[in-house]
Amino acid sequence: MIIDLSKIFGKRKNASKEMAKDRLRLVLVHDRANSDTEFLEKIRDEIMQVLEKYMDISESGLDIQIGTAQSEDGKTLVPALTANIPIKAMKRNN
Amino acid sequence: MAKSQAQVIVITSGKGGVGKTTTTANIGVGLALLGKKVVLIDTDIGLRNLDVVLGLENRIVYDLVDAVTGHCKLKQALIKDKRYDGLFLLPAAQTKDKDAVTVEQMEKLCNDLKKDFDFIIIDCPAGIEQGFKNAIAGADKAIVVTTPEVSAVRDADRIIGLLDANEITDHFLLINRIRTDMVKRGEMMNVDDVLDILNIELIGIVPDDENVIVSTNKGEPAVVNMKSLAGQGYRNITKRLSGENVPLMELDGGGFFARLFGKFKRK
Repeated sequence: MIIDLSKIFGKRKNASKEMAKDRLRLVLVHDRANSDTEFLEKIRDEIMQVLEKYMDISESGLDIQIGTAQSEDGKTLVPALTANIPIKAMKRNN
Repeated sequence: MAKSQAQVIVITSGKGGVGKTTTTANIGVGLALLGKKVVLIDTDIGLRNLDVVLGLENRIVYDLVDAVTGHCKLKQALIKDKRYDGLFLLPAAQTKDKDAVTVEQMEKLCNDLKKDFDFIIIDCPAGIEQGFKNAIAGADKAIVVTTPEVSAVRDADRIIGLLDANEITDHFLLINRIRTDMVKRGEMMNVDDVLDILNIELIGIVPDDENVIVSTNKGEPAVVNMKSLAGQGYRNITKRLSGENVPLMELDGGGFFARLFGKFKRK
């Protein structure tokens, strides 16, 4: 069996290609979301339909965006869908 | 003799300078060397270049705009390459603007050419404006050219989205100018990295090779140079396009000992 020494010596962890990949993943999420103008509208409408079963929502105060958030290890930024949805009242559970 | 179904393939990228024209020339010559009847169409009106890359710049009389607007017969505008049997070029107009051709005219042109050719390869201009729309109008397949750089990959993603929106779902990626030394150091995305991000089928890879510039200087595509690595990459791609199953070329070159040697040399 041939041992790949490059794996033993280890690749440089901060090699720039990793940065390239991370940055691309992030920017493509934005590009893809923005290239379809109806994309966020559709998501917004469907979220509303689900939530309205359980609560009264202020539709004018509704804000849905594609943005970024800290990754779980806190080291990088990852794409995130953020929704700020003001609740007017909860519906009673029957 | 019954001719098999002609393929109309657009070579596109979004970003400029990633090697669309070089790719068009190499794939065209490569397919002609495999015995196919090929016509290359330069749709970059106002910025024509496929003619010089192919070494046919002194033979132009009529151009794409003359042909689609009826200023000449289609056959008169087709330049026959005397070096490679079966290869023809329809050059772009140099003095007109991009609106000189319409989507309908391009569709008709491609349909007319299908009768006489096995492959119709369209060199698309950079950008996503009218020139892009014209170039993809008559195409049923697309090869998206990118390099392993963030700007090129980002634009490739946008182009793939636009191709899908225009119902050209038969699209493939060509990764150009891969630098093995940089990939090994982790300073350049490798083939898997790019495919992982773009999620598209690969048609082939072309290593960075100074022979490409030398061949372009001479007007003689690298695909004819048996010593050129890029030429090898393009030969593999043309074989795949004509239905052959060819494994991806090994870029590592030398394997274990070369890598070991490389490690020591760098230290």
